[in-house]
Amino acid sequence: MEYPNQSGFRQRKLQAGVRMRGTPGDPRDPSLLFDDTSAGGDKHDLSGVGKGPGVCPGQALISDPMSNLALAYGSSLASHGREMMDKNLDRFIPISKLKYYFAVDTVYVGKKLGLLVFPYMHDNWEVIYQQDTPVAPRFDINAPDLYIPVMGFITYILVAGLALGTQNRFSPEILGIQASSALVWLIIEVLAVLLSLYLVTVNTDLTTIDLVAFSGYKYVGMIVGVIAGLLFGRMGYHLSLLWCCVSTFVFTIRTLRLKILSEAAAEGRLVRGAKNQLRMYLTMAIAAAQPVFMYWLTFHLVR
Amino acid sequence: MAFTLYALIQTAILLTNAIAVLHEERFLSKIGWGAEQSIGGFGDEPGIKAQLLNLIRSVRTVMRVPLIAVNAVCIVLLLLFG
Repeated sequence: MEYPNQSGFRQRKLQAGVRMRGTPGDPRDPSLLFDDTSAGGDKHDLSGVGKGPGVCPGQALISDPMSNLALAYGSSLASHGREMMDKNLDRFIPISKLKYYFAVDTVYVGKKLGLLVFPYMHDNWEVIYQQDTPVAPRFDINAPDLYIPVMGFITYILVAGLALGTQNRFSPEILGIQASSALVWLIIEVLAVLLSLYLVTVNTDLTTIDLVAFSGYKYVGMIVGVIAGLLFGRMGYHLSLLWCCVSTFVFTIRTLRLKILSEAAAEGRLVRGAKNQLRMYLTMAIAAAQPVFMYWLTFHLVR
Repeated sequence: MAFTLYALIQTAILLTNAIAVLHEERFLSKIGWGAEQSIGGFGDEPGIKAQLLNLIRSVRTVMRVPLIAVNAVCIVLLLLFG
């Protein structure tokens, strides 16, 4: 049975996948995170609410008025339920704020991945602001996003399954165990960083989601290391993991330095004072935790 | 290495219990971590010790009642399912 509303919803989602080709790097209206594709998707509303046979879209067997009525009532109930759930869900998980972190395009992802593996040539690490809110990641390469961490996490689990499979240690439960293990370490790391930021009383605009994003960038290095280990053996694993650890370390320091340290210290001038020193130690500790986790989560995969 | 989410929840409950159990006058004041030591001057910024004492006091205040409920649920579940 075709519910008119739901097919419209699905069509809008298909169009959303195509929109990535649309205006890259053109901040015509940067407050609009995604391109507006609602032109084609809204035509399917509730036509013929139980008015009689023959109104239902092209189904020959719905000629019975009772089932027409039931069909219309069911679809109105579904849309009402979906509205209510959206409204309530927004109270717990800030969906609109999450959307900002997924406003990426292919150019951004490519450049960011390159930056994660080779951050030495990039010199301007500041995030561009636009009237007090950061610009969407699509227009600024230094902005944190959640797309790479989420995809990196999933790819890490798949690559871990692949690596275990080549050693005949694979079973479907292993994937679940790896996933929950990595997730737990991520949560622990984010909580530890939050606690230390609270204790050192840093006035920063780093949100929790930002910290999740920065902690998730290390999955890229882990994946590169494990794949190199699969292709070239232990020596390849160690070399590429070393390279990725150093790059992630430098990347994390350069990104967090601007957010945690005060203005003067971030520009490289030596500012004396216990407060700045403490913040520098904090940044270095956060950055040093990344290689430790990278090694801890991958060494058992490459034998 | 096989960390599950359930292990994380258990760790969180145990840690919160540990913080909530620190008694104000019998223990913390004796080692110089009482409530009055955390109210420093209104100078620059509270140091780490003041923030930590604040954190302990607020955990104790906020989590006291929820911890009773969570611990009771935990005990019942452990009795039933081992």
